[in-house]
Amino acid sequence: MSHLVLKNVKKAYGELEVIKGVNMEIEQGDFCVFVGPSGCGKSTLLRMISGLESITDGTISIGGAVVNDVPAADRGLAMVFQSYALYPHMSVRQNLTFGLENMRTSKAEIKTKVAKVSKMLQIEELLDRKPKALSGGQRQRVAIGRAVVREPAVFLFDEPLSNLDAELRVEMRREIAKLHHDLQNTMIYVTHDQVEAMTMADKIAVLRLGQVEQFGRPLDIYNHPNNIFVAGFIGSPRMNFVAGRAGEVSASDIEFITDNGERIAFHTSDFDVPANAKVTIGFRPNHLSVSQDKPDFKVKVHGTEQLGGESFIYAKTLKDEAITVHLGGQTDITLGTEVGVTIHRTHLQIFDTETGKSLRRRA
Amino acid sequence: MAKVMSFLTRTRGNGKLHWTDWLTYGYLLLGVLLMFLPVIWLGLSSFKTDAELERFPPRILPMAQETVEVEGYDDPLPLYQITGGDYAGRTLAQIRRIGLNAQMVDPTNPTERLNVNIDDRQAVEHFALATENYSELFARFNFLKFFWNSVFITSVATIIMLTVNAMAAFALSKYQFKGRMVVLGLVIGTLMIPQTVVLVPLFLITKELNMADSLWGVIIPGAATPTGVFLLRQYMLTIPDEILDAARMDKASEWKIFWRIIVPLSAPAIAVLAILAIMWRWNDFLWPLIVLTSTDNFTLQLALNSFQGELNTQWSNLLAMTMLVLLPIACVFVFLQKYIATGIASTGGK
Repeated sequence: MSHLVLKNVKKAYGELEVIKGVNMEIEQGDFCVFVGPSGCGKSTLLRMISGLESITDGTISIGGAVVNDVPAADRGLAMVFQSYALYPHMSVRQNLTFGLENMRTSKAEIKTKVAKVSKMLQIEELLDRKPKALSGGQRQRVAIGRAVVREPAVFLFDEPLSNLDAELRVEMRREIAKLHHDLQNTMIYVTHDQVEAMTMADKIAVLRLGQVEQFGRPLDIYNHPNNIFVAGFIGSPRMNFVAGRAGEVSASDIEFITDNGERIAFHTSDFDVPANAKVTIGFRPNHLSVSQDKPDFKVKVHGTEQLGGESFIYAKTLKDEAITVHLGGQTDITLGTEVGVTIHRTHLQIFDTETGKSLRRRA
Repeated sequence: MAKVMSFLTRTRGNGKLHWTDWLTYGYLLLGVLLMFLPVIWLGLSSFKTDAELERFPPRILPMAQETVEVEGYDDPLPLYQITGGDYAGRTLAQIRRIGLNAQMVDPTNPTERLNVNIDDRQAVEHFALATENYSELFARFNFLKFFWNSVFITSVATIIMLTVNAMAAFALSKYQFKGRMVVLGLVIGTLMIPQTVVLVPLFLITKELNMADSLWGVIIPGAATPTGVFLLRQYMLTIPDEILDAARMDKASEWKIFWRIIVPLSAPAIAVLAILAIMWRWNDFLWPLIVLTSTDNFTLQLALNSFQGELNTQWSNLLAMTMLVLLPIACVFVFLQKYIATGIASTGGK
């Protein structure tokens, strides 16, 4: 049985519907990441799960019990906030014990729990300091400690790393992953950073405009995106799209004609493409190669990034569609030149241009 | 102490006085004199006898005439230095004054009476504090009772006011409910109504509630002040909502959030309001005057007023009492004044 179940959950502020019917099942022990552009409702959804925000319609159940009307405090969840939200007037120790005191835990028990958690998160030396005297990373640790010490059934993280600098973010990412490994709790993690989502999650829910666009394992989403939005959002640098229409289609072959008139033949049976339908093909920057002889189509280079070990070429098709090419090693391609590119036939996405939906055949 | 001294004697020129130092110190001194002269004058005058107070021209220090016990006279006699006439240079005690002459006696030779022109004598005086001005307050008037009334009203009213205002401000700043802005508008709107306008209706209500002539009649009507609600609300708006959410996740009740999170975090604003409230209440005169009728319930301010009779005013006692009334509020100010500056600064900031 799933641990956390959302059934047709909706949220509306007056006329404005911000969460438009979310269905999701999260297994016990899963690390689930809500990812999406800002304003997609991911934080709202998290707050609805936490109980800090009421839900307009649908049900949320935790461990089999519907918790729609259970106040936040009694849902057995703990939350780590974006701004840490430590109590500024209390010492780190008081920050950790405040929740336990409210749950009427015995003093001896509080002591052992705080000792255990502070050891685990390496904040033992900070216990008597005020949050003001801590660095960003330390505050983050304390905020996590405050959640951990209560031993909740589900952890909720609301963009916890967005206030940290890049280096610290990578470090804390690893620590949270380790924490999940050690505690084996269900965790829900909200972020707008798809790298965080890809590296940490067991399951990713990609949200847009209050709807779940796709929910699944990171690599499944990466390899088989449901639609153009998910394909473009997951993966960095983003996937390239070229619009056009299908030409001749047989059971094992698809001919794609770009808007510019180039014909590209694919040998694949994974897609269900009606003949002459308007489609968009998608391919990742690392599934492209530069080739002067018999290229699939031509692009005009308007930027290059040489990172030493690898290079990125930013180009545009003749119809002004942005194309990024990832090359291993270094390149001598210069700005303004026109080069031919070839798509690796094995990694291809085909979407319906009108609806944006993937035309991949359902297994 | 050395730090304070070095701070107070700082100069612009190294060790020497630059002309700007003269200017600044002169300006500051002028300010100090303007502020403190009335208080110093009050303090000195409160130690003067009634006779001394009515003396013209007035003198700065409280002085008293020396007296001497002379054999054969029941009361001590005032001493005079004789400056002219037959007895010039001698020190005599005056028995009585008759017209332009004074009947005097030499303390060393009490049997012989001497006649001296009053222009030829000068009173022998020394610096003396008329402490009886103060002791009489305790002996003849019920000063402690008035003092207690004032302290009771000030402290209870301040506590009630802070509690009520902080709770109202909490609700108005942190809860989204219908009509919130209307309530806030009403609160701010009452700021525009002068107290004197509502004085009579307020008194009628107080009387209907049987609180007239009781200390509670002074305390309760002023329990909620729009200024306080507004000041605290503005401060509480700066407390991030996420902290409250965190506390809710930590299983804290709303009541607990108020006492354990909101109140400690608004401490600077509450301290400012506390100081203001103490000053308002301690110095409040008009409302207690209307509500309190029996002398037993008088506050210090009312008692002060009662010294000022229609026909005669007991200046010596009045001044002494004024001094005593000033002291507590001055102490409050000395100890809490740093919060006024920091509190007001941080309520404005952010």
